[in-house]
Amino acid sequence: MGKMKVDLCGIELDNPIIPASGTFGYGYEFAELYDINILGTFSFKGTTKDPRFGNPTPRIAECSSGMINAVGLQNPGVEKVISEELPKLSECFNKKVMANVSGFSVEDYAYTCEKLDKCDQVGWLEVNVSCPNVHGGGMSFGTSPEAAAEVTRAVKAVTTKPVLIKLSPNVTDIVSIAKACEEAGADGISLINTLLGMRIDLKRRTPVIANKMGGFSGSAIFPVAVRMVYQVANAVEIPVVGMGGVSSAEDVIEMMLAGATAVEIGAANLVDPFVCRDIIRDLPSVMEKYGITSLKEIIGGVR
Amino acid sequence: MKQTLFEIKENIKIAKNVFRMTLAGDTEGIIPGQFVNIKLDGLYLRRPISVCDVPTDGVLVIIYKVVGKGTELMSEMSEGKLDVLTGLGNGYDISLSGDAPLLVGGGVGVPPLYMLAKKLIEEGKRVSVILGFNTKDEIFYEDEFKALGASVAVTTVDGSYGIKGFVTDAMKGKDFTYFYSCGPEPMLKALCRATEVSGELSFEERMGCGFGACMGCSCKTLTGNKRICKDGPVMKKEEIIWEK
Repeated sequence: MGKMKVDLCGIELDNPIIPASGTFGYGYEFAELYDINILGTFSFKGTTKDPRFGNPTPRIAECSSGMINAVGLQNPGVEKVISEELPKLSECFNKKVMANVSGFSVEDYAYTCEKLDKCDQVGWLEVNVSCPNVHGGGMSFGTSPEAAAEVTRAVKAVTTKPVLIKLSPNVTDIVSIAKACEEAGADGISLINTLLGMRIDLKRRTPVIANKMGGFSGSAIFPVAVRMVYQVANAVEIPVVGMGGVSSAEDVIEMMLAGATAVEIGAANLVDPFVCRDIIRDLPSVMEKYGITSLKEIIGGVR
Repeated sequence: MKQTLFEIKENIKIAKNVFRMTLAGDTEGIIPGQFVNIKLDGLYLRRPISVCDVPTDGVLVIIYKVVGKGTELMSEMSEGKLDVLTGLGNGYDISLSGDAPLLVGGGVGVPPLYMLAKKLIEEGKRVSVILGFNTKDEIFYEDEFKALGASVAVTTVDGSYGIKGFVTDAMKGKDFTYFYSCGPEPMLKALCRATEVSGELSFEERMGCGFGACMGCSCKTLTGNKRICKDGPVMKKEEIIWEK
């Protein structure tokens, strides 16, 4: 087990495997399938200040080696997450969980993070800055270094827990945004969120997704994710959590060689609910195959 | 929910664009109204298909209509193994049926009612079934429902077979204690409006995972937000908000 341990912002993980936000609910659905305590941790469903139903359906579209989702941050709101979801989670998960937070204004982010800061179960705050910014005139917080830094500062001011900023790949220069977050005090960067995509139904001549566009994820985006993790990890000193199309133990090692300290698995959970369990099972033999004695040592091994 | 490898035993066309696949594998715990989620080579997302029957332990029957790439791929299979998630969805609540339940299916919404009819008849209920199709060459399972001992009415929109019109046209004058249904949304809506009696409806939606993790198939109901895959696909008539 020791060979798989990594340190993420001062908290030790038994292994670097983290189911990504939005693909693992609040954990307990998967706890019915396997003991989720085998995970490094997991990032829970994106949580906002107020409850949200999200977008109209259809919210899901099939793609080559991937999928598009336009769920739209459906969640019960931070109060209910704390009063209902976290107590349920504590019955099946005894590790620190990563709290994924979204917002529509800087104040939203700070409000939700301040509430979650008081929860012992929460180890890290993963702040998603890739949703629409109503407050800033339609731009995304995650598409401007200034706005991303502003959110980072606001969140850091209300919590003592490590803050990871989750970045959008739908930008011209992800490195400048990551650096801005680091300068504003972020403890880590997680990337990539989904790529903006679209499918069209040929029979109906309409978008497949009711919201027209959505986030493209799945194994098809893995090379894009590896590239961006590599670029960001080489530009910042803080830890990077890599994600995007990861679906095997080999993918995990590739992501870590690119610079990831830990690795999130997203869409793959939806297709194969046991994928994280299987990756953790497979990691030791894959490590042996590539002559890796400790995962810690391979982080950023490719320069 | 279980992940099981099933072996394809048979895959035959039973009506226009409609196929029946018989699979061998672990069927323990499957109840009427549930669905399975099938992984297909070359496609990313699994394909959710309702359970038609578990004729004996270890045998699973599904009936599907070719509507897209996934079902087209399935229709071309004659042998091999399939990675299947079973035990998905809530299923119908048999305890509410009363003595004389009515089962109403439209098109490819018919299959899940078959296992339900079987269970209800086993429990000594007087089961009536209305099967609605567009036209004669789309009809399937009329004889199979009759063989179970159900009283069966068939409707076709174009009048090429049975009663001309919609399933609601076959409901007129029927006495029943409760209804169970599955079919296109306009049919379900018309059905609810056509009767004061309570019942259950099975819904369809594009799904991501099929087991409640992704929130891809959510809907609003009078009893709160629900996931069609996990809290459904069967909903009570009284909780539905008709908005589409």
